[in-house]
Amino acid sequence: MDTHLTETVAGPEPHDYKSDVKPIWCPGCGDYSVLAGITRAMATMGLERHNTAVVSGIGCSSRIPAYTSCYGYHAVHGRALAVASGLKLARPDLSVLVFGGDGDGFSIGGNHFLHACRRNVDMTYIVMDNQVYGMTKGQASPTTESDWCESKLTPEGPGVNPIQPVQLALACGANFVARGFSGNPNEVARLIVEGVKHPGFSVIHVLSPCVTFRPEQRGWKSSVHPYGREPTDDPNEAMRAVLEDDGFGLGIFLAGNRRPFQPASAATRTIAQIEEGFAV
Amino acid sequence: MTVDSVTIAFVGSGGAGVMTAGQMLLDAAANVGWYGLMSRSSGPQIRGGEAAAFVRLSPQPVLAPGDRFDVIVAFDWQNVERFAAELPLNADSVIVTDPSQGEVPAVLAASGAKQIAMPIKELAGAIPGGRVNMVGLGAVAAAIGLPRAGIDAVIEKALGKKGEGALAASAAGIDVGAKEAKGWNLGLELAAPQRNGEARWNISGNEAAGLGALKGGVKFCAAYPITPATEILEWLAPNLAKTGGALVQAEDELASITMCLGASFGGVPSITATAGPGLSLMTEAIGLGVASETPVVIVDVQRGGPSTGIPTKSEQSDLNIAVYGLHGDAPHLVVGPTSIADCLFTTQWAVHLAEALQTPAIVLSDQAMGQSRAVVDKPAEAPYVAKRLLAEGLDGEAKYKRYLDTPSGVSPAAIPGMPGGEHTADGLEHAESALPSSQAADHQKQLDKRLRKLAGHDFGDAWAEVEGEGEVAVVTWGSSTGPAREAVRRLAAEGRKARLVAIRLISPVQPAKLAEALKGVEKVLVVEQTHGAQFHKFLRAHYDLPGTVSVFSRPGPLPIRAREVRDTLASLL
Repeated sequence: MDTHLTETVAGPEPHDYKSDVKPIWCPGCGDYSVLAGITRAMATMGLERHNTAVVSGIGCSSRIPAYTSCYGYHAVHGRALAVASGLKLARPDLSVLVFGGDGDGFSIGGNHFLHACRRNVDMTYIVMDNQVYGMTKGQASPTTESDWCESKLTPEGPGVNPIQPVQLALACGANFVARGFSGNPNEVARLIVEGVKHPGFSVIHVLSPCVTFRPEQRGWKSSVHPYGREPTDDPNEAMRAVLEDDGFGLGIFLAGNRRPFQPASAATRTIAQIEEGFAV
Repeated sequence: MTVDSVTIAFVGSGGAGVMTAGQMLLDAAANVGWYGLMSRSSGPQIRGGEAAAFVRLSPQPVLAPGDRFDVIVAFDWQNVERFAAELPLNADSVIVTDPSQGEVPAVLAASGAKQIAMPIKELAGAIPGGRVNMVGLGAVAAAIGLPRAGIDAVIEKALGKKGEGALAASAAGIDVGAKEAKGWNLGLELAAPQRNGEARWNISGNEAAGLGALKGGVKFCAAYPITPATEILEWLAPNLAKTGGALVQAEDELASITMCLGASFGGVPSITATAGPGLSLMTEAIGLGVASETPVVIVDVQRGGPSTGIPTKSEQSDLNIAVYGLHGDAPHLVVGPTSIADCLFTTQWAVHLAEALQTPAIVLSDQAMGQSRAVVDKPAEAPYVAKRLLAEGLDGEAKYKRYLDTPSGVSPAAIPGMPGGEHTADGLEHAESALPSSQAADHQKQLDKRLRKLAGHDFGDAWAEVEGEGEVAVVTWGSSTGPAREAVRRLAAEGRKARLVAIRLISPVQPAKLAEALKGVEKVLVVEQTHGAQFHKFLRAHYDLPGTVSVFSRPGPLPIRAREVRDTLASLL
C-alpha cells in the first residue's frame, strides 16, 4: 500500500506537481492531457513530491518526469520498469510511478514488462499508446496495425500482428489493469489514483493519439466507450472478458489480490559475524 | 627431506567428486597450518563432463598455481585430453592411475612422469558407501605428510550431517588410500607448517568480492546468473538479507544493471556481478550511470571470450570493453583485484570510489580468482565505505542544481525523500539544473565536470602494488599478479633484483605515479592473459614506459605460471 497518501482539507493543486519546463510535444498530442491527468491524480492523493519518484525510458511520453515537480529518473530506452523496480525494492517508502510509450514498453522493453507484471512490485505503470514511434518520426510500433503503410521503414506495412497491451498485462500476471483515454483526463486521473492505491504492480493503458503521424487517431474519441463491467479480482474472468473487448473499452479490468513482491530482509547479523565463517 | 611446495591435481569426470576432494585437501591443510590455493578446471557440463581440481600447498602463502604438477590422481581418464594442456608434468611428476580405467593417455605419458597403479575403484567398491575421491584424498594426504587429524576435522564438518555411515565410509576410504600410499616414497612430504599466530581465512575470490561489497556498504544487488560470477550473487543473497539489504533476481543483465541504477538513484549503494556477455549487455546503462552521475558497482568475473567463449575458464580479455566499451566520452572507474584476498579490498574500495565520485565502477576479477579458493592471512581492515556527498540547505531560496559545476566536479546529490531537492536525473545531456540541454556550452561543461571529478581525485597508494627494486620491472594487473609476484620473489631469493608493479586502478590512469614507480627502470616486462596484448596496448596509449619493453601475453585458459615469468625476467637481467 502506498504510504504517502495524506488526507488534507486544503490539499495541493495539480499545478503544484508541474515543473516549469514547457513540454516539447506537438500541438494536439494526447500526452498533454495525460500529463494533466497525472498531476490531477497526484493532487487528489496529496502525494508528497519529495517522496514520489517518477521513472521513464525514452520516447515522447517518457519526457514526462522533467515536466513534473517530483523526483524523476529519465533513463535509457526500454528500461524504465527495471529502474523503477530497483528503486522501489531498495526504497519501499517511496511512491513510484513509471511513464512510457508503446515502443518503449512493449518492444525494446517487452521483457521487462513481462517480468514487471509477474514480479508485482508495488508501483504504477502508465503506458501511453499511440501505436507509433513518434520521436523518431513515425515508424510502426508493436501496437501498430499490420497493414499501416505510412512509414518509410515499412512502406508495405509492418506485416505482423499488433500486441494487445491489456491482454498481455493480464497474461503476465499484472495485479491491476485498466485502460483510459487522453481525451478524458478526469477518468485517467481516477484510474491512476486507483492504480496507485492498489497494492502491487498496476498497469494503466492510456490511448493517447499521435496527431502528427497518426492523424486518424483523432477519431478515437468516437471509438472509445465505457468497458461496461465491474472490476473483478479474478484474473481468469478478467481475461475472458477482455478477449471480447474491441480495444477501446475504458475502465478497470482487474483489481487482483496478489501480494506485492518485496525480498525479505532484516538486519540480524553484523558483518563481523558473517566474516567468522571464513576463519580457519 | 621435505619440500616447500606441493602441487596436486585430482582429475575425473564431473560427478566423480574431484572438486570435493580438492576442497577437502585444502581445508585439511588449512586446519594443520599450511597455506594453499585450489583452482578448478571444468567443462560447461554440470554432470559427466571433464573436471579437475588443482591444489597447491605450502608453509608460505601461495601466490600462484605451481609450475607443474607433482602428483596427479586420476579417478578416470574420461575427456582428460580436453584439459591436458592445463596439466604440465615432467619426469619428476607422479601419475596415480587406476588400471581399470585404461592406459594413461599418451599426451600425459609423454612427459615421462612416473606412473603408479592404484585400483581406486576397486578399493572404494570394497567399502560400503565408499567413494573414489576419498581413497584418492587419503593417498595424497599420506604422500605429503598431512596429519590425519586435519582430515578428520574436515570430514566431520562436511559429512557430519549425513550421519555415522557416511563418516565411517569416508574415513575408511581415506585409510585405504593412505595405506596404498605408504610404500610410494615420493619424497613429497611438505615442510612443517609455520603458524605465525595470525588469523587465517579460507575464502574464494567470489566470496571475497561479495564480502567487500558488504563492507563497502552495499545494500542492494540485482542479479542475473552467469558463469563464473554466480557465486558472488549467491553469496550476497543470504548475507545482504541478514545485514538489512536486499537482492532481487532480475530477468536479464539489462534489468540487473538498471535495477541497480534505480536503487542507487534512491541513495542505496548497489552492486551487480556478471561476466563478459553480461557486461556487453550492460554497457548502455553504465553510460547512463556516467551521464546521470549515479554510482553503481559492476563486478565482471572475466572468462574466455569473445561471445560465449570459454565460460568456465579464465582470461583477462575484458579489459578493453571495461575501459573503452561505453559510447560517448564516458569517464568511469575500472579497478582490478590483484589476488583472491584482494577481491575483498578492491571491491570495497570500488564501492567507496563509486559513491564518492558518483559514477559507475567496474571491478575486473576473473575466473582464476573468483572460483579459486585460498588459505590466506586474514585480510587487513580497510577504511573505505560508501559515502555520497549529499546536498544541504535545500530549504533555501536558491533552486537546487543536481549537476552543479563544482571545483572538484562532484555535485552534492539530493535523493528522493529530501524535500527541496526534487529534480529529474537524466541520461540526456543537461544543464547544471538537470534540465535537458543540447547546447554546446552545457555539453562542454558537463563533460569537463565528469572528467575532472575522476582526474582530480587522490586515489592514494591503493592505485597499485609495488615491490622489489632494480632496473627490470614487471608491469601487470589482476590475476597475473600472483605468478609475477612469485617470479620477482624467487629472483630476489637468488639474489637477483626485479620490481613488480601491479596496477589496481586501471582507470583513471595515473601516469605520474607509474613514472615514479618505474624510476630508474631500463627494461619493462608486461605480463597479461590475453591474446591481443590488451593491457600492453592500454599502457602504450596512456603511459610512457621507460627503456625497452617486452610482453608476455597469452590467452586463457592456460594459467600464467611463475616459472615462465621468472625465466622471461631472468633473460632480461
